[in-house]
Amino acid sequence: MMSKKWLLARALAVVAFSGFALGAAAQTVKVGVVLPYSGVGAELAQQIDRGMQLYLKLHGDALGPYKVDLIKRDSKNPSGAEAKIAVQELITQDKVDILTGFVYSPDAIASAPLVTEAKKPMIIMNAGTAWITDLSPMISRVSFSMWHAGFAMGDYAAKVMKAKTAVVGYTDYPPGKDSLAAFKRGFEAAGGKVIDEIPMGSPAKVPDFTPFFQRAKDKKPDVLFVFVPAGDHALAVAKTYGALGMRQAGIKLIGPGDITQDIKVQSMGSDGVGLITAHHYNADLDNPANHRFVAAWKQEYGADSTPDFMAVQGYDGMAAIVHMVVAEKGKIDGDKAMDALKGWKFDSPQGPIMIDPVTRDIVMNEYLSELEMKNGRLYQKNIGVIKAVKDMCKELKDGRCK
Amino acid sequence: MDLISILLGGLTSGMVLFIVSVGLSVTMGLMGFVNLAHGGFAMLGGYVIVLSMDKWGVPFLPAIAIGFAAVAAMSILLERLFYARLYRATELDQVLFTIGLVFVMISSVTLVVGPETQTLRLPDWLRGQTDLGFIKYRSYSLAIIAAGTALVLALWLGFERTRFGAKIRAAVDNRRMAESVGVDVGRLFTVTFAVGSGLAAIGGGLGAEILGLDPQYPLRYLVYFLIVVAVGGLGRVTGVFFAALLIGLLDFVLKIEFPKGGALFIYALTLGLLLWRPQGLFGRRGG
Amino acid sequence: MTRLPAAELLAARHRFRGWEALPWVAGIAVFFLFPSYLAFGTQVLVMILFVLSLDLVLGYAGIVTLGHAAFFGTGAYTVGMLAMNWGWNEPLSGLLAAALVSGAVGLASGFVLLRTRGLTLLMLTLCTMTLLEEASNMGSAWTGGFDGMPGLAFKPLLGLFPFEQLSFRPQYLYALAVLFVCFIVVRTLVHSPFGQTLTGIRENLLRMHAVGAPVHRRLVTAYAISAALAGIAGGLFAQCNAYVNPAVLGLDRAAGVLIVLIVGGYGRLYGAFVGAIAYMLLEYFLAKAYPTAWQLGIGVTLMVIALYARNGILGLADSLWSKRHGNGKS
Repeated sequence: MMSKKWLLARALAVVAFSGFALGAAAQTVKVGVVLPYSGVGAELAQQIDRGMQLYLKLHGDALGPYKVDLIKRDSKNPSGAEAKIAVQELITQDKVDILTGFVYSPDAIASAPLVTEAKKPMIIMNAGTAWITDLSPMISRVSFSMWHAGFAMGDYAAKVMKAKTAVVGYTDYPPGKDSLAAFKRGFEAAGGKVIDEIPMGSPAKVPDFTPFFQRAKDKKPDVLFVFVPAGDHALAVAKTYGALGMRQAGIKLIGPGDITQDIKVQSMGSDGVGLITAHHYNADLDNPANHRFVAAWKQEYGADSTPDFMAVQGYDGMAAIVHMVVAEKGKIDGDKAMDALKGWKFDSPQGPIMIDPVTRDIVMNEYLSELEMKNGRLYQKNIGVIKAVKDMCKELKDGRCK
Repeated sequence: MDLISILLGGLTSGMVLFIVSVGLSVTMGLMGFVNLAHGGFAMLGGYVIVLSMDKWGVPFLPAIAIGFAAVAAMSILLERLFYARLYRATELDQVLFTIGLVFVMISSVTLVVGPETQTLRLPDWLRGQTDLGFIKYRSYSLAIIAAGTALVLALWLGFERTRFGAKIRAAVDNRRMAESVGVDVGRLFTVTFAVGSGLAAIGGGLGAEILGLDPQYPLRYLVYFLIVVAVGGLGRVTGVFFAALLIGLLDFVLKIEFPKGGALFIYALTLGLLLWRPQGLFGRRGG
Repeated sequence: MTRLPAAELLAARHRFRGWEALPWVAGIAVFFLFPSYLAFGTQVLVMILFVLSLDLVLGYAGIVTLGHAAFFGTGAYTVGMLAMNWGWNEPLSGLLAAALVSGAVGLASGFVLLRTRGLTLLMLTLCTMTLLEEASNMGSAWTGGFDGMPGLAFKPLLGLFPFEQLSFRPQYLYALAVLFVCFIVVRTLVHSPFGQTLTGIRENLLRMHAVGAPVHRRLVTAYAISAALAGIAGGLFAQCNAYVNPAVLGLDRAAGVLIVLIVGGYGRLYGAFVGAIAYMLLEYFLAKAYPTAWQLGIGVTLMVIALYARNGILGLADSLWSKRHGNGKS
């Protein structure tokens, strides 16, 4: 004979158990991380990875009862084909809830249709081509669009540096073309004129920049705006600039901060002095959050190592993911999860950042810096700041941007 | 467009191509062996040179000597152990073996050193620019041009004026005859292979700023080395020299005029050239 | 009328054996047993077709080429360009177009290049391929240049089965069907008098000339057919992955297909199957865990094969079989 008490106890047990099981299932969120762990982008992947891990280490308690399980996949080279396969497998085989990473724009571009179909949020930690966020409502970006730095640099070059003519050298792939368009728009809107546009090879290998820079030098512009992918390309650029004696010829080298990436800049030596860049982050930024960030970084990864903009993007991206997990209580449902990100604000080492509720792209400060030599070390001197910069491509609806 | 700058820039690339490829040309002409791993020797040499300067503070010129010696020694080992077994084998087996070897080289370097591009730390006397009177040009490039010219002269003298050189030329033209007059072709080849690989090592190191230096180097430039050798004519040092300069110059100019895919013209030119003269511009027919 | 024993032997060669149904049964079984791995399975099927095309020229006709990806890439780009630039995205006709264009390129280049042999031929095939690779970069208005053409969209197969980017179900069956048809074609070809001529050319060129066989014409024909098949593989690749970029024309792909064929065993038709499955499975599991050590292992394997085991996996299997059964027949 079943007493009421016995029935109640059984019911409670079932509810408690299923509640526990449901809760347990909702506790762990699987995040697929697609980064170029091997090949030419391996160092960049490492910086982003370290930034992500550092956030989890310092602020793991923000997750509360939830856990984040990182499943890492190698996107290998910048062509996008491997990234697409990785995303497809992460979704169908590993059944991830969120996708993140994406250093190269082709990787993100190729994966966009997959996340739309599967309704999985995709948090981009680098890929900078402006119109990427238009490709899918599931895409949000915490890193940058080429237009953040490009437009700002063009504006600054014409208005403050008083440059009248510019030559643009760019690596020939979507972010490069984007950077060119951004700079040109900003520069010419402020009264300058771009007199030559030079495509400079592919991102997969570092070319000999001599012929391209020679052509630029012969045009005698006031400034040479260069965009190349972060990493070894940037080093070669600085060296070639020095080797061809372009500074002496009166041509200033400017560009987005990709070319003065913190992990490479010291190898430039004296070739880098005087280089002016616009970017959302460099390790020398003077704000409390960054001081803490850099200190924690050096403690975790060695006194000789330094974070860079990739690292802070990994850090911010993980903060965004954690926010999403907590806001959605561990159950990531495509559209609702994306809503949780819209308008999200965060006090990042790079300064205050926000995810634009309409474009899902990042809004952040752009810092103008000039490289100078102090105590035998290259140091980014802050010479200006533009606050709360939006992606001007989407603002102006230029080209493919909507 | 400043013609002299273009000329010097093209000459620099060409010289690097020459220094790397001359060894390949002679060994391919001598033994008819398809050595697709030649670029791997260049890469390894480059790494030895760059790393001995970076990690052990070895000065520039001794580092180059070390690179040469290390790679030459390694190639002697490989030649005696493996290459010698495949001299009579089909192209397929030679291709297979050397591709396998190149993979081993690439992955070893990636594992031991890492995938990043290596930069050559130039000594102070090679930095900056040199004033030649009519133009100021990058000292490093001028040094490469000088080195290449010295090399071709030395090799030419060696081939034309020494006994050893005569033996090589004889073996390239007609191996059987050379053997029958008492030339020890096996030993000849080992020595030539060692020197050729050693030269490639120097080319790999010196050219680190021009062609870059990273684990993918051997496969990326394989086609260029083969083109230079095929167009120049197997076993012809002067042929390789002019072919390398031609290709280097063309490539440099095309990068300026047609940065997107301009190299296409080089391949088209090579196709045309080899179909018209399969033995190369300077090669001997039937060789 | 009874046939002579010799004639019986020759006729028996191209009768279908029972075990030949095995790969196809396995292919269908995979569809039901491993539904979340169909994207990978499709890549394997495409690779098998590509390797098969190479076997025809290398294994049977004896032409050593490092540039076969030229035709794979031509097929892929034909499909891609038709879809992207002229809105022609019907899959089957796209595949046909890929075959025709690649076959034409194969015919033209084969006619010109196959007059040379050995190293020069190797060089020239490599040159042709890299030329096409650069051309795809240069003509970026039509080909998408370095980034290629991501996000191609195709009409549903036979108007009924739309391609599924996540599950790859229709793509897998499509690739399996195309592979089956092409395999039958290659098998028939290889066992035909034409195929015998090719083997003759490979084994003893002088004698073939001596018996008056039109050597050059045969070689060019084989090359063109192989090119068309490689083009179909490339077209399949473009359609199933909805993505084309210059990597389809690269040395990595050309070297890769050569390696797979050698590892499986060339001149044996089924070497393509064995090689592709073994290599891609290994790459899938091992390369994921050890990306650089994996390449080292491949390199060593190739060196060992070149020195000691010239006939690949099937060759090893054969020698084990004949040792067991003491029969000299290989």
